[in-house]
Amino acid sequence: MMEAFSEAFMQRALIAGLLVAAATSFFSPFVVQRRMAFLGSGLAHAAFGGVALGVFLGMSPLMVALPFTVVSALGIVAVQHRSLLDIDTAIGILFALAMALGIIFLALSPFYSRDAFTYLFGSLLALRASDVWLAAGVAGVTALLTPWWSAWAYASFDRELARADRVPVERHDYLLAAALAFIIVASIKVIGIILVSAFLVLPGAAARPLARRFSTFTILSVLIGVATTALGLYLSYRQNLPSGPVIILCQCAVLAGALLVGRYQR
Amino acid sequence: MSAPAVELRDVAVRFGGLEALFGVTLDIPAGAFAVIFGPNGGGKTTLLRVIAGLLTPTQGEARVLGSRPGELPPQRVGYVPQVKRMDPLVPAQAVEVVTTGITARWPWRGGKRPEAMEAMRAAGASHLATRRVGTLSGGELQRVYLARAMARRPELLLLDEPAAGIDMAGEAAMYHALIDYQRASGCSIIMISHDWEGARAHASHALLINRSVRAFGPAAETASERALLALFGHTGHVQATH
Repeated sequence: MMEAFSEAFMQRALIAGLLVAAATSFFSPFVVQRRMAFLGSGLAHAAFGGVALGVFLGMSPLMVALPFTVVSALGIVAVQHRSLLDIDTAIGILFALAMALGIIFLALSPFYSRDAFTYLFGSLLALRASDVWLAAGVAGVTALLTPWWSAWAYASFDRELARADRVPVERHDYLLAAALAFIIVASIKVIGIILVSAFLVLPGAAARPLARRFSTFTILSVLIGVATTALGLYLSYRQNLPSGPVIILCQCAVLAGALLVGRYQR
Repeated sequence: MSAPAVELRDVAVRFGGLEALFGVTLDIPAGAFAVIFGPNGGGKTTLLRVIAGLLTPTQGEARVLGSRPGELPPQRVGYVPQVKRMDPLVPAQAVEVVTTGITARWPWRGGKRPEAMEAMRAAGASHLATRRVGTLSGGELQRVYLARAMARRPELLLLDEPAAGIDMAGEAAMYHALIDYQRASGCSIIMISHDWEGARAHASHALLINRSVRAFGPAAETASERALLALFGHTGHVQATH
């Protein structure tokens, strides 16, 4: 196994993959417990609209995608709080709108747009040193947000009880959505728009049947995310397959096992 | 004479065009065990949520334990919401939920804190400590929530239909736990219920509301069958004849 990681590109892939996996897996329990999986997917597609706008404007795609996605996330939470639209409907509309805008921006772009499509699938094995630093930034921001774990866990369990204990639940909804938007945008270079939402769902979904407490739910989710990323990367190297999809398959395998074990644990 | 536990002055709550409560003015004395009765949609839960600081009145003023409800430290009030069944996979143990009653935040570290276990014993829920809350029945979950509310030793306990889904033995145990706690602590209790017989037996006061206050006074007189039937717009049970 060590041989697989002896080359520089594999080392960069491993470091960036583990950092992004740890960050996304930390948020996964909240996404799963709050049934926000579709939000992750919607924001990832909003990020595509932002990437395409960046290409169209000749600017750094990620620098444009970041505010674009954060504003989309805050807008969805505002729509949800004001009961203007059903949340699934709002995300579905955002999903379609962002993709439509993205495709139109790319069609109108005078610049070479192939790069925009590389964001769809990511390229873990083609990362540069700057991408590893970006992944470190994702993990660093996640570490800075850990003091809010308790408030997010409380509101994920029961919003009414959390509010009765003066947890500003609505404010935390915005903070969590903005954090998810940041994590998604900063991770898509590594794992791609199509797969980033899986990183936000699968580790938490696999940890949930095994955990009896919210803290172990979070720890298990991070462990599963990190372990499946290392394993997936190694298997993809051995079998000469794309790394992102192999990691997702590893996570799905762990989820299937966890569901089986969870059935006998209840 | 001590200040009332709850003071409401011309309180109104509107949700869009719907007037859930209007003109609610009353004082609930400190140390009272008051039971709120009213028809579905009559504003009982809305009133309780105003007192808990979860809803700000659209009009009027509410004071709880001498403060505005939203400014009151959470440890002074124990709130038991209506129980809803949970997904069996919710990763939370009963003792964790009770611990939030002490810390007012979600605990990172597990373990059976002595104060949490004592409250669970008082509510008859100590055997449920390490169970996942999603696997508890409605009655068991209600006991856990009651233990959570009592664990912080509040000066005011607010309970939203705590007897819903509990069998007769469970209901009697709940009343005993509440009364024992009230005797030991001198706290005030405000509870929504449909059980007028239980209220007459155990409560000191009854509040009848249907979007506004219809009656408030000693439970034995106010929660009479006649008054309640009138409140619910019901003329009494019809004897079936065949």
